[in-house]
Amino acid sequence: MGSRWEAEWKHSCATAALGRGGVSPADRGSCVGTRCVADLSGEVLDLEDDEDLEVFSKKASRASGRSVVHPPRSMVNQYRLEEDEGGVTTKDIFITVDHPESHVTAIETFIVYRVLTRTTRGDFDSSEYEVQRRYQDFLWLKGKLEEAHPTLIIHPLPEKFVMKGMVERFNEDFIETRRRALQTFLSKLAEHPLLSQSPQFKVFLTEQELTAHKKQGPNFLSRVGAAVRGVTFSVRGVRSRPEEFEAMQEYADHFGNKMASLDKITQRIVKEQKEYLEELSQYGPLYAQWADLETELTEPLRGVAGCLDLCGRETEEQLHHLTEVLEPTLHQYLLCADTLKTVLRRRDHIQAEFEAKNDALTSSSSSKKVDLETLKEEVACLEERVENANTALRGDWSRWGGSMRTDLRDSLVATAHKNVDYYEKCLAVWETFLLSQKTPPCQEEDGAHPTT
Amino acid sequence: MMADSGSEEAAFLDNTDLTSTESENNIINTMVERETALLRKIDINVAESDKRTGKNTVNMPETYTVYLIEIRPAGAEGGVPVGGSPWRRYSEFELLRTYLLVTYPFVVIPPLPEKRAEFVWHKLSADNLDPDFVERRRMALENFLMRVASHSVLSKDNVFYQFLTEEKGWRESVLETGFQDKADSRLKSLSAMFRVKNPDKSFTDLKQYSDELNSAISHLLRVRAKVADRMYGVYKVHGNYGRIFSEWSAIEKEMGDGLQSAGHHMDTHSASVDDILEEEEHYADQLKEYLFYTDAVRSVCRKHELIQYELEMAVLDLANKKQQREELATGAVRVFSLKGMSSKLFGQESPEQRESRLAALQQSIQAAEEAVLDKNAECREFMRMSWEEVKLFQEQKDRELREALISYAIMQISMCKKGIQVWSNAKECFNKM
Repeated sequence: MGSRWEAEWKHSCATAALGRGGVSPADRGSCVGTRCVADLSGEVLDLEDDEDLEVFSKKASRASGRSVVHPPRSMVNQYRLEEDEGGVTTKDIFITVDHPESHVTAIETFIVYRVLTRTTRGDFDSSEYEVQRRYQDFLWLKGKLEEAHPTLIIHPLPEKFVMKGMVERFNEDFIETRRRALQTFLSKLAEHPLLSQSPQFKVFLTEQELTAHKKQGPNFLSRVGAAVRGVTFSVRGVRSRPEEFEAMQEYADHFGNKMASLDKITQRIVKEQKEYLEELSQYGPLYAQWADLETELTEPLRGVAGCLDLCGRETEEQLHHLTEVLEPTLHQYLLCADTLKTVLRRRDHIQAEFEAKNDALTSSSSSKKVDLETLKEEVACLEERVENANTALRGDWSRWGGSMRTDLRDSLVATAHKNVDYYEKCLAVWETFLLSQKTPPCQEEDGAHPTT
Repeated sequence: MMADSGSEEAAFLDNTDLTSTESENNIINTMVERETALLRKIDINVAESDKRTGKNTVNMPETYTVYLIEIRPAGAEGGVPVGGSPWRRYSEFELLRTYLLVTYPFVVIPPLPEKRAEFVWHKLSADNLDPDFVERRRMALENFLMRVASHSVLSKDNVFYQFLTEEKGWRESVLETGFQDKADSRLKSLSAMFRVKNPDKSFTDLKQYSDELNSAISHLLRVRAKVADRMYGVYKVHGNYGRIFSEWSAIEKEMGDGLQSAGHHMDTHSASVDDILEEEEHYADQLKEYLFYTDAVRSVCRKHELIQYELEMAVLDLANKKQQREELATGAVRVFSLKGMSSKLFGQESPEQRESRLAALQQSIQAAEEAVLDKNAECREFMRMSWEEVKLFQEQKDRELREALISYAIMQISMCKKGIQVWSNAKECFNKM
């Protein structure tokens, strides 16, 4: 990359600065990936590669108009230190989503969540915010972010409606699962170096009323128009997708398959485990009932009944972990796979748009000189757009990869840990019982009993 | 307890509770006898099983399994078996057991393994020719023979010894004993069950206990099979993790190794359930044996009811005859009788007729009195012997089932340890992702 990129970056930043407010959608589109980051100086970034770190820190230096030329080494070292300590970022913003409440209006009923933000970020006026948001509001935020950053990988929202299993919208478990996913969504945004700086993100977290903001700026429909035009361009498809993105596409496909399989397997395990639990809950009491018929055997039978009951409870807990930790994570990454594919598709559109315009340029007659100039400019802008899109995607891809590895590793480690815990607890239960049986009951008086 | 009041016959059954010294003596005597039981002298081994084909009772071809019985002098392991080393099929075992049931009704006869596989869960086959079923049956049959051989009374039986040693002609010689004639008809047993008036309370309680135990154990076994089925499912689905982790590791760079090795542990975990459940099957078989033992206990109770009923009938018969004598003697007709009516209609009989009738009746009464005494003695003797047997059975049951429960706990512990191992390993692998 190096200096050529730097020059282009400088250029696009300039155009971005010009392109604020009241500009046609086409021009706006040209400034993808150049939404200038406000002030990263205080923030430490959670990134994998040195390269990417340089990219973003360069943006920071440009935007804030500092005279710093080189990427601040201190920041790199700071970041490296964080990595060595286990890759934990210093978070300066904490977001929780909770208190789901039912809201009833004349037209509809919906759930509203409380979004609580605590932050030390300088660009926030206050250190604590509390707002009410419904699912639609989250959709709006996501849409806005996608508009601005079509090739960044945005963590997926929970699905609108789950058909499978006929879960109603207001089922408790459904709401809880959704709440957690919404919280993850916002947390992931907060961790993202670019997206966390988005104005809409800030608005979402801080403004009491969103309706005003929802109407501001070119709305989604006009964006759709541009996208549609983009689609028509790419009807004949992108001409030559670069190797690296080809590889990404393949990866996204495979990854999606694997996540789907893992999701299915986990759901199946949950199902089998639930049925196991049901049978187990009937099993224990039968020993207790038998115990009532006996005299000598009463005590050991009751002991076994007790053990089975305790193990049942442990099984329930283990089941909770699966449904509350592992399953949602796998499901979210299943949705991520779709996000990856969508992002790749958008990148393709951008490239196709450029190629189409470029073809128009090379094939058009040199009759109208004025038109040729504007065409050349448009082509140059689109070409830049492609570059920025590719760069943004490249960077975000590896960021996403790292985040994915961390999340899935943590979930799987936690699951394995929970399972070890489960077996350890059950082991203790049975060993206690065994111990109680080793001490023989006092029956040596009549001397007729053979020792066991 | 007597059918009629006013009879001077004494109560026939006194308190059947043996005094503590009596029971102690009984136990000591039995232990001495046990020392000389057959099992001390020989080792019995149901060594092999094999398939045969032949014709069944309706002349259709059938395939059945036979089992080889070998006996050796005690301690001479690996030596040449003595006797004829007969091959026996299941129906012959059944015949032997039926013979023992009839011949020694006061003994709690050890049960045979089930005829058809019951309480199966989906992985277990219900097919009688399935090798696992045959193997478990082989062990259970050996267990049966050992139990019989270690019983003080049963082990001395000649038919049993022939069963162990002579293949040819055993069937005929069993039937020659005519034991089938001695068998109480089902009808007799049933009517006794419903009509007996005063069975001994201990036996009534025992019968109730064995019914309840039967119900409890069969319920338990049914649910256990379901639990096993479900557990099997959970473990086996984990095997899929192994496969997918492996496939996933192919597209990952950093995570590849961790995933791959974790996948292997998932495979191990999934496979471990087979051994776990096979062990549990042995536990289930132990419970099953006692489930079938309840039938044997019930048989003893029913025999008591039958003898008691016969006693009551004998007492009733005696009472009736005495009453007849009274009527004949006093001429008073207290109860409506055909004889009475006919004498009213057709005139009184002659004194000579009356004398001869009285004499016949007197003889009959004497016979009936003897019958009552005999029956009473039989009843008491039966109760004494069978109660001794029941006590021994109870002790055996308490001891063996307690051990079974302990071994069940040990199985669970082993399963937990395997789980801890596998998931600790998996956790390490995940950490390396």
